[in-house]
Amino acid sequence: MFEHYLSLFIRAVFVENMALAFFLGMCTFLAISKKVQTALGLGIAVVVVLTITVPVNNLILHNLLDEGALAWTGIAALETLDMRFLGLLCYIGVIAAIVQILEMTLDRYVPALYNALGIFLPLITVNCAILGGVLFMVERHYTFTESVVFGFGSGVGWALAIVLLAAIREKLKYSDVPDGLKGLGITFIVVGLMSLGFMSFAGVQL
Amino acid sequence: MADEKAKDVLFAPIFNNNPIALQILGICSALAITTTLVTTVTMCLAVIFVLTCSNFFISVVRSHVPANIRIIVQMTIITSLVIVVDQFLQAYAYDISRQLSVFVGLIITNCIILGRAEAFAMNHSPVLSAVDGFGNALGYSVVLLFVGINREFFGSGSLMGMQILQPVTEGGWYYTNGLMLLPPSAFFLIGGFIWLLRAWRTEQVEEQPFEIAPNSRVSEAF
Amino acid sequence: MAMHRESVGNILRVSLLVCLVCAVIVSTASVALRPMQQDNRMQYRQLHILQAAGLYEPGMDVAAAFDAIERRFVDLDTGAYVDKPDAYDQRRAARDPELSRPVAPDPAGIRRQAAVAEVFLARDEDGEVRRIILPVHGYGLWSTMYGFLALEPDANTVAGIGFFEHGETPGLGGEIDNPRWQENWIGKRLFDDDGRVAIRVVKGAVGEDAPDADHRVDGLSGATLTANGVNNLVRFWMGETGFRPYLERVRERSNNGIDGDTQAF
Repeated sequence: MFEHYLSLFIRAVFVENMALAFFLGMCTFLAISKKVQTALGLGIAVVVVLTITVPVNNLILHNLLDEGALAWTGIAALETLDMRFLGLLCYIGVIAAIVQILEMTLDRYVPALYNALGIFLPLITVNCAILGGVLFMVERHYTFTESVVFGFGSGVGWALAIVLLAAIREKLKYSDVPDGLKGLGITFIVVGLMSLGFMSFAGVQL
Repeated sequence: MADEKAKDVLFAPIFNNNPIALQILGICSALAITTTLVTTVTMCLAVIFVLTCSNFFISVVRSHVPANIRIIVQMTIITSLVIVVDQFLQAYAYDISRQLSVFVGLIITNCIILGRAEAFAMNHSPVLSAVDGFGNALGYSVVLLFVGINREFFGSGSLMGMQILQPVTEGGWYYTNGLMLLPPSAFFLIGGFIWLLRAWRTEQVEEQPFEIAPNSRVSEAF
Repeated sequence: MAMHRESVGNILRVSLLVCLVCAVIVSTASVALRPMQQDNRMQYRQLHILQAAGLYEPGMDVAAAFDAIERRFVDLDTGAYVDKPDAYDQRRAARDPELSRPVAPDPAGIRRQAAVAEVFLARDEDGEVRRIILPVHGYGLWSTMYGFLALEPDANTVAGIGFFEHGETPGLGGEIDNPRWQENWIGKRLFDDDGRVAIRVVKGAVGEDAPDADHRVDGLSGATLTANGVNNLVRFWMGETGFRPYLERVRERSNNGIDGDTQAF
């Protein structure tokens, strides 16, 4: 069983990298990757939020929304109810709420971490990597434990990608790029090359 | 508010202030679905619909919404619109909806939508906001179509599923460019699009953080 | 008005109103469109079953053509038919610990397998079975591929294959959707004379006069891992833990039975 989780984790980090294989969280990925320091902060914030939201949404799906999930209430009318169409609303609500709660908790108990992550936390609500992680969890029918591993793994993968990109961009500042490609243009091309590199992990199985 | 003309609001986002090329918004859900033109067009239409409507409705309720629950109200409106689009796609275009899979849902987190809601719809009239939403969605669509057309044409030799170049695998002459069907090609194409755009509109070129000294001759370098 | 905008009462009032309006819109859309969505989902599956069986012609009425196809349930251990309600969903059952079992060894990478599988029997006008269509799935390069394998009534000769859900690389592994490649499967034989699973996807093309050419299928150039995935999943599902007991039963019965006796199925 352990190998299975390890394989899932490795797959989430490398093979199915949120940023480089599925292009999720691209806006923040490109906008906040000029410095390794900030990229690292944002990366950690994404890891934390993904590790919490994916399992929480997994519980919500299996206990509230899925077809027949309300059977535990014992009410006959609810037993066959299928409310998966409300999924998106619930997931995004949960994400927004958890980000907010996390922000307040950190502010209250771990001010140092809060200051480090501070400005990135609100941004994360609209980071597609989070919602994407949740939707992949739904589509692939992960169990609760799997969703914890997957959430953590995909967060680590995203963080890894943004830190790598930031490191490249720090070096890129010193290169003489054609005018039109300066900044955003060359960044896109670098990300494309990174993504090609990550594709070589395809098919890796443990 | 009155001095902003609807025409400017509509057309500025297409080339002058393109959401993808200049504002770095809304790239996330865009890239994975541009392998064929059909999915690209569907995605564009979905975003045009959602962005126009969300800007309109958010602008309508803007004066009643308390500041501290503003984001969540916006998200709720956007999400509802996306669910409606998703349900319609599943009912009327099931094949395409399968190909788009989770990416329809990800329109919610398309930063263009929340970005325009915050930056424009919260302090402009409903009609003007709708126009702004439509314009930005068009700007988004232009980039997406550019990528989609290139990827399908060079990747499979067809457009909208119609075979134009007969690929070798079907007994024709065209060796399909497999790279175009892989995700990274979308980055190269957008990078190229930005390059073209900035070669034309030179005022959009980004400032270097510092000036690089004019290059010395190779002999001087050693 | 603006003065009270930030009051707790207004916050509650606004959130309640927004929720209510949105809930009504979303639910209306969902409920109104649900029948169409279910139809679509069903037709999609039916279409792919017909295509795999080689019974599909462009423009035909899928639902009507599907009337000639019978859905049965098979206990994979014994190969005997069992009764299940119409709503039985094999994929859902594979996740339910009570209805499924872990797979070991697991060449197809599916981890759990439902104890009862669906099979589809396509009949002609006289009620004779023309095709046995078996659902198969397994891991490819990127994700699980779901497909159908259609057999001739002799339960040995392949009549067609098709995949309706996969995430293989377009242009490379995605060529499993290419009818030209799928044609390679037609006429191949699953089992050798001793009844062992002999079918195999090989690298490159199979020569006409290669030994046991009728057990070998061309690989996909540039997509070795996908081809391996297809190889593994077909061999797994036709093997002892897959449909083999069922297919053997079918063969046995059709050999012993009276000619043309459909009891075999």
